Amino acid sequence: MAASRTLVIDPVTRIEGHLRIQANTTANADGTYTISRASSSSTMVRGIELIMKGRDPREAWAFAQRICGVCTVVHGVTSARAVENALGITVPSNAEMIRNLMIASQYMHDHVMHFYLLHMLDWVDVTSAIKADPAKAATLQASMSTYANNTASYFTGVKSKLTTFINSGQLGIFAKGYWGHSAYKLSPEQNLVLMAHYLECLSWSRSIVKLHTIFGGKDPHPSVVVGGMPCAISSSGGGTGKISTGTAVNSASLKMVSDLITTMRNFVDQVYLPDAIMMCKAYTDAAKSGGTDWSTIGESVGNYLCYGEFPSTNINDPASFLIPRGVIIGRDLSKIYPIDVTNTSEFQEFVAHSWYDYKTASKNAGLHPWSGETTFNYTGPAPGYTTLPDNAESYSWIKSPRWRGRAMEVGPLAHVLMMYAKGNTTAKTLVQQCFGKIGWTVDANLTRFHSTLGRTLARAIETKLIGDGMVGWYNKLMSNINGGDVSVFNNAKWAPTTWPASAKGFGFTEAPRGALGHWVVIDNQKISNYQCVVASQWNAGPRDAAGVAGPYEAGLQGHPIANFDQPIEVLRTIHSFDPCIGCAVHLTDPDGQASVTVDFNDFA
Amino acid sequence: MTDLEKTDSIDSPDFEFPAEPGTVGERLVNLGVSRRGFLKFCTALTSTMALEASMAPKLAYALTTSRPCIIYMSFQECTGCLESLVNSYGTTIENLILTSFSLDYQETLQAAAGTAAEAARNEAMTKNAGKYILVVDGSIPANAKSGYFVSAGESGVDRLNKAAANAAFVVAVGSCAAFGGLPGASPNPTGAVPVSSIIKNKTVVNVSGCPPIAEVITGVLAYYLTNNALPALDANKRPTMYYGKTVHSSCYREENERAGHVANFGDAAARAGGCLRPLGCKGPRTHAACATMRWNQGLSFPIQSGHGCIGCTEPGFWDFGGLYTKTSGGD
Repeated sequence: MAASRTLVIDPVTRIEGHLRIQANTTANADGTYTISRASSSSTMVRGIELIMKGRDPREAWAFAQRICGVCTVVHGVTSARAVENALGITVPSNAEMIRNLMIASQYMHDHVMHFYLLHMLDWVDVTSAIKADPAKAATLQASMSTYANNTASYFTGVKSKLTTFINSGQLGIFAKGYWGHSAYKLSPEQNLVLMAHYLECLSWSRSIVKLHTIFGGKDPHPSVVVGGMPCAISSSGGGTGKISTGTAVNSASLKMVSDLITTMRNFVDQVYLPDAIMMCKAYTDAAKSGGTDWSTIGESVGNYLCYGEFPSTNINDPASFLIPRGVIIGRDLSKIYPIDVTNTSEFQEFVAHSWYDYKTASKNAGLHPWSGETTFNYTGPAPGYTTLPDNAESYSWIKSPRWRGRAMEVGPLAHVLMMYAKGNTTAKTLVQQCFGKIGWTVDANLTRFHSTLGRTLARAIETKLIGDGMVGWYNKLMSNINGGDVSVFNNAKWAPTTWPASAKGFGFTEAPRGALGHWVVIDNQKISNYQCVVASQWNAGPRDAAGVAGPYEAGLQGHPIANFDQPIEVLRTIHSFDPCIGCAVHLTDPDGQASVTVDFNDFA
Repeated sequence: MTDLEKTDSIDSPDFEFPAEPGTVGERLVNLGVSRRGFLKFCTALTSTMALEASMAPKLAYALTTSRPCIIYMSFQECTGCLESLVNSYGTTIENLILTSFSLDYQETLQAAAGTAAEAARNEAMTKNAGKYILVVDGSIPANAKSGYFVSAGESGVDRLNKAAANAAFVVAVGSCAAFGGLPGASPNPTGAVPVSSIIKNKTVVNVSGCPPIAEVITGVLAYYLTNNALPALDANKRPTMYYGKTVHSSCYREENERAGHVANFGDAAARAGGCLRPLGCKGPRTHAACATMRWNQGLSFPIQSGHGCIGCTEPGFWDFGGLYTKTSGGD
């Protein structure tokens, strides 16, 4: 019988938050290992849902927003929508469009940052890039897009910076990476092109977050409000920065928003999407030279859930959403199942393997979020442990949500599959073009999509589709304003005295990481229950009462581990779900020469 | 000769950037930055740090020679502080300050994972023992056995104590690390406490805010580089140079009297930039630089974009009694 070993990655880095992956592996004759059973654990809890109880539902957004400093906009908006849904508040068209723009700009930021800063080092060997021929890199870049930085001298400069950095011996956050691992398959030129864009996206990201600052006052954690947006359209003054009258939303800043949208779309069209296609092709073709085809590995549960997002009219009109609502089961794109978030047997959370108890039900029961509970019961080992107990016991602070008893994958792949299945012709054409460039067959179920690389390609595809959508939402906002409609806030039910004694609401969005829902119960003008079922819960949750694995756990099943001490294969698949997002962005040259961008124009 | 005495030399026309390999000076030379441009930059930087202009040469010297190790650890947090620190601002001042340090551990950025990442951190802490700056975000559950925060199998309390043991000092970034923040809000389900409740024998600087303004975080670090000492702190261990005034006292809307007071978010006063105190603005009781420095390259701040201040730099702000309840004082 083959020997088994327990693999532990804790902390999993290049994500948002605190995640531990523990896996049983079996030794193979050639010295490699295969994962036989993986467990996903979150080892941090704050109890935000408990803190929100008894508070004014109008301020719930500020608490919920702090669930994540990366997903900050989407939690704030989702919370406002939950309370609006409970109290029957509709928001003005301008507020709807501003929310669209803020959520969309978060997609642009998060997906680009994820690809380059969080995920790319799983595929790109930094130390190989300095062996590249800059002229060949320039030719490669020119073959991919019309991006301006495609000259040999540009790549010579990047190579020189990287060389100085690596030769300095001070690798900072790059220290002890798995450089030289046999799983790295890109050419030196491909590595150089991708590293160049890794460095370039930093200043790009710092500029585009300004859209949040104009409408929300700061980033992260910009403001929203129940009833719309607090960012009144200025009636006096102009300019950006230190104004003395009026508000931040004026003619000058609205022009800036338009420019920012252009900046976002250009980088996505000319850099991000072509890079994602190049990488997917390389790690598909790797099989031809004895490597793994990463478009045939890493599928999770084959089921996909979307609440939907980006209304062209209003949030109560799902038919107008860019990302449609529904469920896909077992890869079958010919049928989209409708969902009912109010159905208590349809959406349930399980805690069978989580460090919680249910007071009103057994530990193996599922509860609908409106009657959900957050009751801590840590039964894990005393800290100071090396392994968590095997999976008969609880092993995570994450609850396991299920739709009609099924585990669901959420996120960019679910979004693109839903658009495709729904017959969005723009999305279909783009998917088919990308598949063609990579060399993937376009079959009925889009088989290659259900994989580690599929998730990564879907993320890039949706970034383009949403970026293009921003133009329409911006134009609608400007058309309203120019037509004299400057309303951003509905005051009709602001006063708690106008509310019923009891109300229940559901708020949702499609966050960059996937379906996000907040369920709120309001009694006597106060929150009596608040339950968030977030995207990473769907994907990262532990097994349920029936022993069904969550998507991370299912996705790792059967993974090969070439080098037990450098489990890069696990990171590839876990990062393909994007457990974090744009939070990492920076890596502003922690150690020196690599990424310094200094602009002295203001001081020269 | 002390470091500070040496700094006079940058005023000399003959001054050249120190070009030893690995220093910021070398990078600036490689980038073709002129000495004059750099001094102007440092002068601007001193003004954001509320320093005398005469400090600019000292700052310039410090930025071109020193590169202390930073170990950045995260506990019960949301990554918003890191997002603010490294992502949310322009490319000039902040990048330069970051390039003046060696960020040797930061989980969200670290290429290596698991045991390899832990090894990289331990190596850096050993090599820089007594000298590294420990930056912390997030609160910590006081009970080490609770299981409410564990990383790499270790409790938050143990992890923080070990990391702080050989640090020069600790910077608690964000209101969670500084004051307990959101996890510590009533009823504090996990028993969350701030860094200063656990680390008693070492200087802790509180850079509060949810999150803090990026330039406030980096400004505190740059001050240390320049002076080899920490700035003056208030009773809550916050640097007075950034937390010395209330938001209300420096708010443009406080001076914009003709606009009147905002009764609801959609009214005429809201559009004209009226005072938001009737809607619960906590500006009068909140000490922060939001109204002066503003956010994301000085573009706006919450009040400028129409919502009242929520008081996020103050201890216990989540339990002030309601985001939209009118606060007293500050007239």
